[in-house]
Amino acid sequence: MHWQISSDAPIYAQLIEQITVNIVSGGVPPGGRIPSVRELAAEAGVNPNTMQRALAELEREGLVHSLRTAGRFVTEDEAVIHQAKRTLAQKHICRFLSAMADLGYGQQEIISLLGEEQED
Amino acid sequence: MVFSCENLCKCYGKVQALEDVTFSIQPGHIVGLLGPNGSGKTTLIKLANGLLTPTSGAISICGGPVGKESHSLVSYLPERTSVPLWMTAAQLLDFYCDFYPDFRRDAAEEMLRSLGISPRQRIRQMSKGTREKVQLIATMSRRAKLYLLDEPIGGVDPATRDYILSTIITNYDPDAAVVISTHLIADVERVLDDVIFLNQGRVVLQSSVDDIREREGKSVDQLFREVFRC
Repeated sequence: MHWQISSDAPIYAQLIEQITVNIVSGGVPPGGRIPSVRELAAEAGVNPNTMQRALAELEREGLVHSLRTAGRFVTEDEAVIHQAKRTLAQKHICRFLSAMADLGYGQQEIISLLGEEQED
Repeated sequence: MVFSCENLCKCYGKVQALEDVTFSIQPGHIVGLLGPNGSGKTTLIKLANGLLTPTSGAISICGGPVGKESHSLVSYLPERTSVPLWMTAAQLLDFYCDFYPDFRRDAAEEMLRSLGISPRQRIRQMSKGTREKVQLIATMSRRAKLYLLDEPIGGVDPATRDYILSTIITNYDPDAAVVISTHLIADVERVLDDVIFLNQGRVVLQSSVDDIREREGKSVDQLFREVFRC
C-alpha cells in the first residue's frame, strides 16, 4: 500500500482516509485480514501510536473489527463499505465544488463543463 | 514515567542554559525535543545522562535519580562521535556487548548488513555519515527503557534518514520512550507522538503532533518556523 502524508491535516486523519480508500477500492477484500499496527506503522513511516489511533477510529466506524488474538479484519458487511465509499466520494465532491466556486463557476456551468470533459 | 524533570535549571557561569524546565515522558512515547541552536537541547540530554549536574531542580529516570542505576536504563547517542576510532565496527559491537547486558548483537549485525557497512571496517576510515550510522545502530540495539538521541539524523543523507527513522519505529517498545533532539522537524514529525519546544532554555510548548495539526491547521515544522522566526 502506498502512503502519502501531507503537511497540514492531523496524521491520524490522513491514515484513516488512506486505509479507507484501500478498503473501498478492494485493496483488502471484505473479511480480509489487515496487517498489524507495527507492520502498518513501519510501512507508512509513522508513529505506531498514531496508527493505533487510526485503526481504533476505523473500528468505531465499523469498517474493521478485531478478533482478540487473530488480528484485525475488514468488515464483511458490504453496506458499511459502500457507505464509507459514498462518504469519501462526497468529501471529494465538496472539495471540488468549493475549488470551482473559488474560480467563479456556478453549478450549471460546472455540470456542463463536466459533460464536455466526458466527451473528450 | 520514564523520564521527568522538575523545575530544572542549569547555569554555565552567568549563562542560564536551562530555566525552570518541567515535563514528563510516558513509556511508549516518541518525543521530539525541538528548538533552535543554543536553546538547551544538548544540555538537557547531558543532564539526563549525568554528564552534567543540575544547578537546581530534579531529574528522574524510571522513578530513580540519575546515577549508576540509570545508566543501565538509558541508551544515549551523543551529538558527536564518541566511540574509539581505532576500533572496527565488529570490535565496537564487542565493546557494547561487554558493557551492556541488554545489547542485542544480532539486531546490530543485521542493521550493519542492511546498510552495507562492513564489520571489518575501522571507524577511523568511515565517512562522517557512516560513523553516525554505526553509532546509532549500537545505541538502538540496546533494550533500554529510555533512548536519548542527540541529533541522530543531522549528518546523513535523506535515504539514510528514512532508514534510521524506520529503525526507530521497528524497534518500538511500548515500555520504552525515545527522545529525539533535532531541528530537522519535517523529517521526524511523522514518527513523533509529542513535541517539546525549547527556546532560550525554557519550554515554550509541549503538545502532541496531531493536536498541533488539529488546532493550528499546520504541521509542526510550519509552526516551528513561525514561533522561531528570525
